[in-house]
Amino acid sequence: MVFGTLISDEMMAANFKGKNQFPSLSHPFGTDWLGRDMFFRTVKGLRNSIVIGTIASLVSSVIAIIVGGLAGTMPKWVDDFVRIAIDLVMGIPHLIFIILISVFVGKGAKGIVIGVALTHWVSLARVIRNEVLQVRNEQYVLISRRFGKNNWYIFKNHMVPIVLPQYIIGLVLMFPHAILHEASVTFLGFGLSPETAAIGIILSESMKYLISGMWHLAVFPGLSLVILVLLINKLGENLTLILNPYLTRE
Amino acid sequence: MKKPLLEVKNLSVSFKMNADKKTNNNLVINDLSIKAYPGEILTIVGSSGSGKSILAQAILGLLPNNAIVEGQIFYDGMLIDENLLSNLRGNEIAFIPQSISYLDPLVKVGKQVRNYSDKIETIKKQREIFKDYDLCENAEKLYPFQLSGGMARRVLISTAVMENPKIIIADEPTPGLDMESAKKTMDYFKNFAAEAKAVILITHDIELAINYSDKLAIFYAGHIVELTNANYFKKGAKYLRHPYTKALYESLPSNGFKPIEGLQPETSSNKGCAFKDRCKYKQEICDERVNVYEYDDEMVKCNYDFRG
Amino acid sequence: MKIFNYILTNFVKMIVLVILVCIVTFTLAVNSPIDPIRQYVKAGVTVTVEQREAIAEYWGLNDSKIERFQKWFDSLLHGNFGESTIFRRGVIDVIKDRAVSSLFLMINTFVLSGILGYILGLIMGRYRDSILDKTIKTICIIFTATPTFWVGILMLIIFSVELGLFPIGFSVPIGITNEDVSFYEKVYHAILPIITLTLIFIPNIALHTRSKTIEVLQSDYVLFAIARGENERSIVKNHVIKNTAIPAITILFGSFSEIFGGSVLAENVFSYPGLGSTIVQAGLGGDIPLLLGITIITAIFVFVGNFVSDLLSLFINPMVREEI
Repeated sequence: MVFGTLISDEMMAANFKGKNQFPSLSHPFGTDWLGRDMFFRTVKGLRNSIVIGTIASLVSSVIAIIVGGLAGTMPKWVDDFVRIAIDLVMGIPHLIFIILISVFVGKGAKGIVIGVALTHWVSLARVIRNEVLQVRNEQYVLISRRFGKNNWYIFKNHMVPIVLPQYIIGLVLMFPHAILHEASVTFLGFGLSPETAAIGIILSESMKYLISGMWHLAVFPGLSLVILVLLINKLGENLTLILNPYLTRE
Repeated sequence: MKKPLLEVKNLSVSFKMNADKKTNNNLVINDLSIKAYPGEILTIVGSSGSGKSILAQAILGLLPNNAIVEGQIFYDGMLIDENLLSNLRGNEIAFIPQSISYLDPLVKVGKQVRNYSDKIETIKKQREIFKDYDLCENAEKLYPFQLSGGMARRVLISTAVMENPKIIIADEPTPGLDMESAKKTMDYFKNFAAEAKAVILITHDIELAINYSDKLAIFYAGHIVELTNANYFKKGAKYLRHPYTKALYESLPSNGFKPIEGLQPETSSNKGCAFKDRCKYKQEICDERVNVYEYDDEMVKCNYDFRG
Repeated sequence: MKIFNYILTNFVKMIVLVILVCIVTFTLAVNSPIDPIRQYVKAGVTVTVEQREAIAEYWGLNDSKIERFQKWFDSLLHGNFGESTIFRRGVIDVIKDRAVSSLFLMINTFVLSGILGYILGLIMGRYRDSILDKTIKTICIIFTATPTFWVGILMLIIFSVELGLFPIGFSVPIGITNEDVSFYEKVYHAILPIITLTLIFIPNIALHTRSKTIEVLQSDYVLFAIARGENERSIVKNHVIKNTAIPAITILFGSFSEIFGGSVLAENVFSYPGLGSTIVQAGLGGDIPLLLGITIITAIFVFVGNFVSDLLSLFINPMVREEI
């Protein structure tokens, strides 16, 4: 990721001498029709996707915390309201919702981030809501209240240790979805402009050249994306294992 | 001397456990031998969760994959292997499980008792059996969750009777039943014995065991620590040999309800006596080894001989 | 009776949700910076002030937002979704045309991924931890990390370009009118998209079925069945399938949302003229009525799917079945 940020634009500048080459030692992913090195384009694209995915996931997780927390602590009508909101968001396929948002909010990165953020908070919000509800009714919390400890104390010492691990895991697991959706939406043409290097753009442009057999334009970037997502998933799994002792039993 | 219909010889069962990346072996049954004779009710008595059910599973070949089994089991003198076992199950050897969780929740009980057969003779047989056990005609159309405790018990027994087996192994047949139903259930087992079947009961209900069995095998920490005739229990504590058996006797409500201190060890040990930490009569030698005394059909693993 | 109440409540809930979807999407549309007049008139044409006024009046832009919603919703209820700015036809007509192709795509995906996914799940569960299980499981996990459109592209590369087996795209061969195209041709063009979508959805069903199968095989009642001498074939037939099929179908119906999303991508890759590619066109072209129309229709489908899924999961419980 850091590497991708460091790649200067010069490296990707059109190099007309090396047009349309297949993968070789000096160009591990080949070059495209403008002579740009595909490897660097891919890395830069992945970096963009990661950045957008991170921002969107963070925003989404904040929404999830607020919604989940409120649902678990406020009076019942808030909980019902949240439940309806969840059903609503779940009713519209994520992609379509993101398309809607990016059309109505204006294209570009902003649209995608908002769109992804507004669709992915659901499962994390549910988890947080359940955890908060459970903790709230735990014996030790009830006892704490009896002792006169105020809400802030309970929040800090009882809720956070339990909810935090779930939050982190949920965030990490949300991340790959965000990236995949971002790539998909960019592929379709919403979102980042064609000049920026983004996996979605790379792949959508590659389609024009498939007929001429330039398969490397699509296969490697896509493969990199898949590997990235798999790595993050694995990270999420390992985190779950490590943080498990701190989770409440079912 | 009668020949045992089922003989378990030197059975040991342990489980491979993976916790925190370390593999431990949990020894649950340790060098256990018992014999079941036709016409007799042999009851294996032990506290709940001590591993008695594992014995039933071992005999029937139902242990999970991580189980390590040693020892031999003989049916009518023949060594049981995979082949023989799959023939015996459901034919000569029948199992009566503890609860309706052993029945498919989505299938009506009649069909399950018939083992999904639709043959006319089988249906007839099932209906006759239901009648014998006071199950009304409609019972066969019920789902497992709709059965009352007593009905469930009788349905489970019916499954065994359908097969006309020679050996019946029943795992905890009476928990949750009222006195009336419990007595009725035990009467069924007495009938089985009268029909020259071999009955093996597994229970923690000591009183029931004493009143209805012929032989009692006392199970503790993976061992059978005493094998005795049920009559001796009725005669009094001094006729019992093993300290644990004595303690069990004294824990009966009619005898003072005295509890035993301490808990059973989780894993069976091979060094010395398993009961040594809780035994009133412990001697130094008990740390090292345990003598096994066998008389006729009785057995006790103890260094202190009570009856002389 | 409890069941009837449940169905009624949820049905009403569904209607309410659809209405809410209408409200939300409309609000978004109305508050967007997109100028509907600009969209309608298209670039390059200058509009006089009077013309602008006329169009604004036509579109009801001068009314308050609530009034506009009322008007719009009203016409919605009468089946009038407005007019598409791109196609200059009623939105309903546009949708009707495309829906058939999309439905064909989705129903086939639904059935194929359901059946194949279920069978794979059973195999994985039965042969748990074997090489077969581990291999299939790994492939499934990889597919869940793969973007739909990339799989589509791969399909294109392999089958259309390299092997020349399938057409590059569209629903029909170019140059032939819709009526002349045979059913066979339509199917032929749909094959690659169907395969793509099916590949993406099999893992979902398969992995769920796998864990359900494992659960069943470790259950008490299967243990008892073995104790009674049932052989493997009979156990699978009598116990496993019964207890795993309905959960699998429940998951399938609950995946309507993802299947729609997937079809948007797949249709785009293959230039397949279904609702998926149309909504992209609508989005890119700022065709708001069409956009809203497709969104609402999609939402209705998804809600119906979730509703059926909820019903099914309730139905599994035999205590519930008895009440019927």
